[in-house]
Formats: sequence, structure tokens, C-alpha cells
Amino acid sequence: MEWTSHLLIAPIVLPLVAGALLLMFDERRHTLKAAISLASVLTLLVITVVLLRFVDSETAMTSVYPLGNWPAPFGIVLVLDRLSALMLVLTSVLALAALIFSLARWHKSGPHFHTLFQLLLMGLNGAFLTGDLFNLFVFFEVLLAASYGLVLYGSGQLRVKAGLHYIAINLAASSLFLIGVSLIYGVTGTLNMADLALRIPAVAAEDRMLLEAGATVLGIAFLVKAGMWPLGFWLPTAYTAAAAPVAAIFAILSKVGVYVILRLSLLLFGVDAGATAGFGSSWLLFGGMATIAFGAIGVLASQAMGRLAGFYVLVSSGTLLAAIGMASVSVTSGALYHMVSSTLAISAFFLLIELVERAQDPAANVLAVTMEAYGDDMDEEEAPEEVGLAIPGTLAVLGLCFVGCALLLAGLPPLSGFIAKFALLTAMIGGNENAAMWVLAALLLLSGLSAMIAMTRAGIRTFWAPIEGTVPRVRVSEIVPVGFLLVLCLVLTVQGGSVMRYMDATAQSLHTPMNYVRAVMSTAQVPGPKAAESQ
Amino acid sequence: MMELTLALGIGVLVGSGVWLLLRPRTYQVIIGLSLIAYGVNLFIFSMGRLRMNAAAVLSSGTNVNPADYADPVPQALVLTAIVIGFATTALFLVVLLVSRGLTGSDHVDGREPH
Repeated sequence: MEWTSHLLIAPIVLPLVAGALLLMFDERRHTLKAAISLASVLTLLVITVVLLRFVDSETAMTSVYPLGNWPAPFGIVLVLDRLSALMLVLTSVLALAALIFSLARWHKSGPHFHTLFQLLLMGLNGAFLTGDLFNLFVFFEVLLAASYGLVLYGSGQLRVKAGLHYIAINLAASSLFLIGVSLIYGVTGTLNMADLALRIPAVAAEDRMLLEAGATVLGIAFLVKAGMWPLGFWLPTAYTAAAAPVAAIFAILSKVGVYVILRLSLLLFGVDAGATAGFGSSWLLFGGMATIAFGAIGVLASQAMGRLAGFYVLVSSGTLLAAIGMASVSVTSGALYHMVSSTLAISAFFLLIELVERAQDPAANVLAVTMEAYGDDMDEEEAPEEVGLAIPGTLAVLGLCFVGCALLLAGLPPLSGFIAKFALLTAMIGGNENAAMWVLAALLLLSGLSAMIAMTRAGIRTFWAPIEGTVPRVRVSEIVPVGFLLVLCLVLTVQGGSVMRYMDATAQSLHTPMNYVRAVMSTAQVPGPKAAESQ
Repeated sequence: MMELTLALGIGVLVGSGVWLLLRPRTYQVIIGLSLIAYGVNLFIFSMGRLRMNAAAVLSSGTNVNPADYADPVPQALVLTAIVIGFATTALFLVVLLVSRGLTGSDHVDGREPH
């Protein structure tokens, strides 16, 4: 086994080691801690890009890493295919942006920020790589435990209250996860995902109900994480309360639930699943549509920008879930593009919100609500005085970033949000047409409209309406991550052809799960050092 | 008889846990979550088929009949779930105390209903 095949486990080991190392140093050594954390995230980005290129170049696309050198159905395996490589790169890109942003200010406002951050990355990477259901639970708990710490980061009454709800809901969801996993184990006698895919078609008819009950309970646990209506009521509050860099990395947290549902629904209940094929896909389709509607109304109703972003996370999750429910290759590939584009945009927007709102006093949002409720006639008395005031440089940059975010969230040309929506709509209309498809298409367009209206309103109130414009004090290292994420969206647009080709290949391999199963089950034991010597 | 006892035990634990989870005081919520965790652990254990007087660890002989042994996988799963549940409950307890300290109320919304 050459060293490159060991690279597969690096995305888990590296943040774990970095997180443990960070615990050794005193909280006052900010520079050292920041350097270790930054070095870890940069290395992670390089490794994940290498893995992505490796997966994209090989003809045998799935590489398998047997932990402890036990063959597949008995030991735990890590599996790298196009989808997991894509998620790994997305995670490390968001991590880099959030970390650089936090270095300006946030990482000093409480203990152990960097350790929690690294452990969150470890949990995320592990969840994307693992090929075993129970191991997935363990990595989920790692990332959730780190996220409990991070959502409370910076303290304050609002965060503690939101964190309390967040933790209680996720602990209950973890119990559902365990019930689902153990039901599936009780019926099939295995926890390896590839082995499950082989055994599910052979499940006896009288046991099928238990299996489907297990899959449903498991699915509910992931849908709570993904924020499907009506399970996602907690999400906007928790994401709004979190500190800006934390919210930026949380943008991928709801996508973990979506990732697992995409992976498991196509692997376990895909084309080869026999009597249970396509199980739950109509629930995903209609649940996803309800989520889009709920999220779009929430976006329109939001006064504060933080809540707007939180509800947009729901819109994005709903779009993805409904697209997974359509269960067609081209829709899945459009959904994957949408996932990357919307995650980057939401992350950039969470960072930007904190910068823009820094200038306003905390009571401003409350005031905005009362002003709209009681009519804002007090504004009319004040005549505009300084008509020809030059826009300060900071505000111009912030405004430009805001326009970029608005275009991405609403899905308007020329940025990648438009390509994502276009890919989804063409794939849907080109496929088998039915009433649900048209409703979904209408919901997609309406959600874009509601995002546009809400963003325009928020932009006018923030950038144009203030009479005496206080310019927020923004450091270069804070605006650079926002720009970095938005430029990446621009790259996604310009390189749209090659990105879509990758997404098409990913969707194609997801919809033919037998390749994945064969790759995992045919993984041979690696000869140990002693066996190699004796030969 | 054993199956009935176990099923009733799990049902009572999870049922009381869900009821407590829906109560408005943080202490009730944490006890509810703990009870649900106990019920779930028993449930995982029972999913490996209940056996009496069967060992989980293979003896070091050559002729091993797997049918003579209890399924060790659910036992390993329960052990992991207990450890993780313990840690997360401890963490929730800390948040509960912080919330009590910051808001001066043990209501889950941080303020007393009027």
C-alpha cells in the first residue's frame, strides 16, 4: 500500500491532531494557536483538492480504506467517491474562509475556539468519508458536540437560549438515529452501507415493514438536521444566534443531513433495491416543496438579515430534498451544483451580515420592526441634507459584496445561483412531466423572487436609508474571506461547463450504486509487514 | 416472558422520557433525555436477539460454532452509545446551569410565562 492511499484518512486525522495539539497551549498565546489552526486548514484544503483530482482522474472512481485492515463487511471502511470528495473540498473552503474571518476578532472572545473548530472539521470529514452506519453516528456526534460548543461561543443570553434548544433537539434526534440504526441492524445483520445495499433486496416480505420503519426513523433524524418542514423550526434561530464565523461554517452542517439522505436513499433504495426501490422519495419530494414554501415565506417575513439568511438555509435544503425526491440523474446533478453554489453564498452572506450590522446599534433591528408596525411618519420630517455625499470606500465594497450575495441567493444572472436554478429547471422540464414537477418549478422561481424582494428591502434599509451613515470599521482580513467565497462562485460560473461535467459524473455514479458496492466489497486485506517479508 | 418485560421496560422509559422532554423546565428536559437514552440503549441491545447464558467473546478453539455465541456487535454499539450519551448529557447539564445563571429562570425559554 503506497503512501497516497493513506492520504484518504488524512482529512480525519489532521484536524484531530491539530485540535488536540491546540489544547496544550495557554489561551493567551493567540498567535501560536491561530498559526496551528490556519496551517491545519490550509493543509486540509490542499489534501482535499488532491483527493478530488485523484477521484476525478481515475477510471475506477471509488477508493476504499479498510480501517484496521479488516475486510469490508466486518471492519469499518472509509470510502472516497466523487460525492464525498466534493463535500470534503467544500468543507475545507468554508473552513478557510470562516477561520480567516475569525482571526480578526472572534477567536479571542472565548476559550478553545480553534480546538472546537478543528474537531468540527474532523466530524464533518469523517461523516463524509465513512462507509458504515454506526461509524456515521460516531462522527455525527463528534461534529454535533463541537457544534454545541461553537453555537454557544461568545456567550450571551440569546446564544445560551438558542443553544439550549439546539442541543435538546439534536440529542433527541440522535436517539432517533440510534433507534433507526439498530432496527436496520436487527433486520439485515449488517451496518456496512455497501453490504446493506446487497442484503436489502433479499429481505423477507414479513421483515420489510421493520426495515422500512427503521429507514424512516433514521431518515427523520437526518431530516431534523437538514431542516425539512416541519422539523426545521429550530434552525433559523440557532444559526442567527451563532457568532458570524460559526454561522459561516454551519452553512455546511445542514448539508450533512442532505448528503446522508442523498447517499443512503440512492444506495439502499436505489434501482437495485427490489421491492423497496424508491422508498420514501415522494416524502422527500413533497416535504422538500413544503420546506421551500415555508422558507420562502420566512425569508419574506424576516426583518433582521440574520434571520433572512437562516430561512434561506431552509429554502436551499428544501430545494435539495425535493430534487433528491425526483430521483433522476440530471436533476441530481443540478442539485449538486445548487448545493455548492448556495452553500458558498450562504456562508459569505453570514460573514457579511456581521460586518454590515456592526455599524448599527443592537436596538436598530427592534426599532425597524416597530417602525414598520406603526408607520414611519417621523422620517418624513427630516429633509435630506447632504445630497452629494461621496460613498466611503468600505461601504462601497460591502455594498458590492451584498449585491453579489443577493444575486446568488435569488438565482439571478450572471452568477452561479442562476446556473444552478437553470440546470435544475431544465432537468425537471426535460424529464417526466407531472403536476408535482410543475409545482416544484413554480416554487423554485417564487423562492427566488421572495429572496430578491427580501434582499432588496434589507439592502435599501442598510445602505441607503440611514440618514447619518456610520461606516463600520472593517479590517481587510474580514472582507477578504467574503470576497474569496464570492469569487469562488464567479469561478463556478465561468468554469460552469467543467463543473457541471463533474456533477453529471457524480450523479451518474450515485444512480448506479452497484459500482460503489462492488468497490467496497471487493477490497482485499492488505498484506501486513510480516506476510510481505515471508513471501 | 423476558421479551414482554423488556418491551414494557423500554416502552415505559421512552414514554416517560418523551413526556418529560415536552415539559417546560430545563431539569425535566435533561431527565427526559436521559430516560430516552436508557430506553434506546436497551432497544439496541435487544436488536441483537436476546440470548440466555451465551458468551459474546469467542473462545480460542479451532471449531467455533457462531450459533453458540451472543451477537457481540450490539453490545459494542451500546457501549459506544452509552459513552457518547454520557458526554452529551454532561455538556447539556453545563448549558442548563449557564442558562439558569444568565436568565435567573429554569424555564426553557429563559423567562417565566405570564
